[in-house]
Amino acid sequence: MSAGTPQVATPAARLRAAQRVLSDNPAIALTFVFVALFVVTDIVNRAQSGKAFLTPTQVSTTFLYAAPLALLAAGQTLVMLTGGVDLSVATTATTAAFVSSGTAHDHGTGYALLLALAFGFGIGLVNGIGVAIFRVNPLIMTLGISSVTLGALTIYSQTRFVALVPNIVNTLGSSRFFKYVPYDLLVWAPIAALIILGLRFSGFGRMIFAVGDNPVACRLAGVRVWQVLLLVYALCGAFSAVAGILLVGFNDAADLGIAAPFLLPSVAAVVIGGTSILGGSGGYGGTILGALILTVLDSLLTILNASQALKQILYGAIILALAWLYARTSSGD
Amino acid sequence: MSLLEARNVGKRYGPVVALESASLSVDAGEVHALLGANGAGKSTLVKILTGVIQRDGGTVELRGEPVRVSSPSRAARIGLAPVFQDPALVPDLTVAQNIRLTAVDVDAVRQRLREMDVDVDFTEQAGDVPLPLLRMIDLARAMARDPQLLLLDEITAALPSDLAERVFAVMEDWRRRGRSVLFITHRLAEVIAMCDRATVLRDGRDVGTLVPREIGERQIVEYMLGPEAATAEAHAAEVDETPLKGAAAAEAAATTLEVTDLRVGSLAGVSFSLRAGEILGVAALEGQGQNDLFAVLAGDRRAEGGEMSVTGKSLRPRHPYDAIRSGLVLVPADRLLALLPQRSVRENIAAPRYNRLGRWGPINPREERRRVASAIEALQIDTRAQRQVRRLSGGNQQKVTIARWLASGFQTLLCFDPTRGIDVGTKRQIYALLRRLADDGAAILFFSSELSEFPLVCDRVLTLFGGRITGELAGEGADEASLLRAMHGLVEEVAS
Ligand SMILES: Nc1ncnc2c1ncn2[C@@H]1O[C@H](COP(=O)(O)OP(=O)(O)O)[C@@H](O)[C@H]1O
Ligand SMILES: [Mg+2]
Repeated sequence: MSAGTPQVATPAARLRAAQRVLSDNPAIALTFVFVALFVVTDIVNRAQSGKAFLTPTQVSTTFLYAAPLALLAAGQTLVMLTGGVDLSVATTATTAAFVSSGTAHDHGTGYALLLALAFGFGIGLVNGIGVAIFRVNPLIMTLGISSVTLGALTIYSQTRFVALVPNIVNTLGSSRFFKYVPYDLLVWAPIAALIILGLRFSGFGRMIFAVGDNPVACRLAGVRVWQVLLLVYALCGAFSAVAGILLVGFNDAADLGIAAPFLLPSVAAVVIGGTSILGGSGGYGGTILGALILTVLDSLLTILNASQALKQILYGAIILALAWLYARTSSGD
Repeated sequence: MSLLEARNVGKRYGPVVALESASLSVDAGEVHALLGANGAGKSTLVKILTGVIQRDGGTVELRGEPVRVSSPSRAARIGLAPVFQDPALVPDLTVAQNIRLTAVDVDAVRQRLREMDVDVDFTEQAGDVPLPLLRMIDLARAMARDPQLLLLDEITAALPSDLAERVFAVMEDWRRRGRSVLFITHRLAEVIAMCDRATVLRDGRDVGTLVPREIGERQIVEYMLGPEAATAEAHAAEVDETPLKGAAAAEAAATTLEVTDLRVGSLAGVSFSLRAGEILGVAALEGQGQNDLFAVLAGDRRAEGGEMSVTGKSLRPRHPYDAIRSGLVLVPADRLLALLPQRSVRENIAAPRYNRLGRWGPINPREERRRVASAIEALQIDTRAQRQVRRLSGGNQQKVTIARWLASGFQTLLCFDPTRGIDVGTKRQIYALLRRLADDGAAILFFSSELSEFPLVCDRVLTLFGGRITGELAGEGADEASLLRAMHGLVEEVAS
């Protein structure tokens, strides 16, 4: 072990070095998993129906499908970085779906979209007020708000209104240009860039990590923690609304269950992406890969005829396993 | 016969060598000191010996038998019980629940605390228990396992002298019963008074085992720092100890902070003023109101009565933010209150710059890098493990907590025990830094639990007893005897 002897790279040492590189850069491992899963799906699909899955069209479809999930998981990432969780993202998206399709006929598309976003932001703000100012546990607060919005939506959906999914929303949510590029990328990509860059290169981004890492230290450094949390939850609501708009465009009609299947995956995508469930470390890049992985996994399960129940079990298991794994690797040193 | 024998133990984290190759031999019935500057690898060695982390190389023998300490519980079974440098308690659980988590008998811990004459409410949440008491609970918890070897990592750093005495009594007791203690501290007086032998680590290697009583402080420091560094440090110290030229200038400078009849918690009406360019010491025994004083000035607590003003403007902070805007910034004793453990050195140092809404926009990376680099430079922070601040050694973490304010700017620095648990070399750097800041016009309020620091650092010293100021001493006259008398409220008013 003395400094003079040359370091011989034993296989064990190489393995350890590799582990370290992976745990410092989870994106490498996640990209690998994504590609591997694609190949597996391809093999399974060939075996089942004789058709390839590894085609440009399927890749494009995967991105098309992944966008709403990735946007729900965007807000979720921000919230989880602060050490919280938002269980209302799905109902907020559903709200946006109803609002945008329910008001477009009478008030025009622009108004409808803005109103849907405002609803998302507003619901997020209420979550934020509860968590940041009245210090309600985020789980309880967002679950409560989710239940209230769902109730309100149920009543609203029973009133008579003219539902109309605007054409532009329809196109955004379901079509492609240049044959392979989904329109929803036009919404998703800028938001993703904004979040990734914002987390790294803005004062607000720094404060999101800081609050998740050590709120007491933040307070003593002069940060008014409630301001950070308030804005984070409000943004989460707004991103969820964008996801809801894409979903209603894809489905061409709003219904109460339109976003519900995405709630658990939105948390799973964040956890797969390497964001700590305790907050303070992680980022949106990992979440995007998490969302892509879950989307391919969903295709694979669908090809295998797995039921919705089985999928739920699997997503839950993934969250638990990864939470355990990340907890182990980070406490190991 | 030797109880524990570690040979050429090493540990690295990726590119960072935490421990190069250290050997250590502890005899039965011995109190053995483990010495070294911050980052020398002391805590790493303790963690290896108690199964928290696994060594990369070397051997460990217990009574001549090779052992593999695979986990903390295995360590406990073979008679090795540690008190770690950073207490690891779940703040939301009660003291009793925390003890049960580690599978130690609660009654045994209670018994040990009673023997040490320390009063702890076991139903209180750990987060509400003051740090010194938590350290004593940690000690009692280790003792309750009745180990052959107690490993105490900087336990006295956070303790007032009366509690430190009780730790020494435990160490005596362990020696008398033929058991052993491995004792890590930066206070050399304790080493000379308490320890039979000492092993010194430098840069991850053992550089010698010596008998502290025979060799003396100066030589020990030389071992710890290496021969050339020690002479350089000695020169620096001499400069420090010469009468401070800033003192005269401070007299003329405008008052920055004026406190009148301040009351809060145990603070029963305190008045003083602090001028720009001055370092004002606050000396007190544990719990005389100094915590409340610093908390109020830093905006962490609201005053119940009295006035504060900064350069003539009245100050009533409702949040630390208000105090920081008025130029008052806090360096707390507990580093965990100031650091973002998972974030990088750079993000930690830059954090206070973004504390207000107006700064939440895009950051200016070049400006940020420049300011962070100059703060790192001023404090000579070792940035080898800079990706996550929690991987830094204690002294470097403490430097980061000061560097934050250098990078964001301040007028009055509130230093609460800033040298707690850091090595002599780093301490001297911090004294010199504080002097330099004061010479550049900063005002500094300085509390320390080490009395020997006051004459080195301060222009004036106030003593606090029972929530009131009981004395004021000139910096040079603040020797331990006069301080202690005033700190016990034995002197009415000392002429300054
Ligand atoms: N988990 C870790 N990852 C990387 N470096 C570490 C880790 N733990 C300790 N180190 C590094 O190892 C060195 C020795 O640290 P430590 O044993 O805490 O020193 P000491 O207790 O003597 O002050 C330091 O330079 C520290 O930064
Ligand atoms: Mg240490």
